[in-house]
Order: sequence, then structure tokens, then C-alpha cells
Amino acid sequence: MPASPDLILLSPAPLDCSAAVAFVTDPAAGAIDVFLGTTRAERNTAGQELTALDYEAYVDMATNQMRDLATRARAKWPICRLALLHRTGRVAVGEPSVVIAVSTPHRADSFAACKFLIDTLKVEVTIWKKELWHDGGATWVHPKTT
Amino acid sequence: MIRIHVKLFAILRDAAGKPELTLELPDGATVHAAAVALGEEVPALAEHLPHTGFAVNRTYAGPAQVLVDGDELAAIPPVSGG
Repeated sequence: MPASPDLILLSPAPLDCSAAVAFVTDPAAGAIDVFLGTTRAERNTAGQELTALDYEAYVDMATNQMRDLATRARAKWPICRLALLHRTGRVAVGEPSVVIAVSTPHRADSFAACKFLIDTLKVEVTIWKKELWHDGGATWVHPKTT
Repeated sequence: MIRIHVKLFAILRDAAGKPELTLELPDGATVHAAAVALGEEVPALAEHLPHTGFAVNRTYAGPAQVLVDGDELAAIPPVSGG
């Protein structure tokens, strides 16, 4: 199998947004689109504040799925370079859990590819988040499906 | 008989109190049959199984897929990455 031209990473370490932008920087590109998904401050019905999200992944499958997402995006848009990074473990309020960077010759394609990547990742890739509350409580986030 | 390696994630792992287990199933057993056996083996999982998907050897699998000895069956609650 040829080496992937994309940066795909599932990591317990803090995500480096500027490294992702540097990775996708390409002289053939006229546009770089970057998406960061960050932990949002929340308060639960008991009045507790969220301190962090704790991400768990089925690492082998999720990594394969992230590579497959990159391949599918490349089939749809003329992507120069692509970086798709996701955290595992604890991500504090304000910190990024996901970083996506895409470079294309023109901006419409990088916007579209970036949106496809985050929207599809959220419904397909085997990653789960648990909300950690100030009082020590924890709640898995499992969107109800039919 | 076939032996299937089951992996549990997120709320399923917490409910079961363990991340994995082994199921012994008849030859020709399907993913659906494995799900039923999983609910019988670990009753705490039963309430979650209607919302659980499955992957065989790291690829999503439908209920009719036939399992073979040594398969890795992952029980996948609704995902919430991003």
C-alpha cells in the first residue's frame, strides 16, 4: 500500500492546529480551510458545570475509518493536502477535540470538504465522548438512533 | 462451535464492567445471534442492545452477517465523536 498523502491521527496528546495548517500548506492550493471542534462550557440539569469531555475510541477501526473518510473526500473534491486529527482522553473546556485542515485550489472545495469530513466523522467514526461534571459525575453521550 | 472475541465500548463497557469477553456460538451463527447471546451472557447489556451496532473485524456489519471462528465482534453504541 502506498504511503498515505494525508495526516491522520488519533492521539491522547493535545492537538497542534498550526502543525496541521503547516502540513496542508501547498503551492498548488489557493485555499486552506480549518475546522476546530472544541469542548463547550455546559451546565447540566443539576446545575453542575462541565469540566471536560473524556473521549474513548475503538482505535484500530476509527483510524481505518478516518483514512477512508480522507479517501472519500479526495474522490469528491480536488484536495491538495488533508489533515484529520482527533483526541482521545480528557479535553478541557475550550480545548480542541478535533482539528481538520484541507487545502484545495479554490475555496469552495475546501469549505465543502471540511464540512463533509466533520459531519461524516460525527455519525460514523467509532469515537465516544463522556461528559465530566464538576461534582465528579459523568455522563456518556450516545445520540439516540432509530 | 466457534469462539468470538467481543469488544465493548463506552456505556456498554461500563454496564458490563469489563472491556471484552469471549462468546461460544454454534457454527454459522450470525451477528444477530451473537447479540442475543451477549444479552443473555451479560444481562446488564440487554437494555442497550436495541441501540447498539456491530462491527466484525473493524468493519460495520449487518445482523445477517455470518461469523467465523476467531472473529472480533465490536459492540458499538451510538457514536459521539467530534
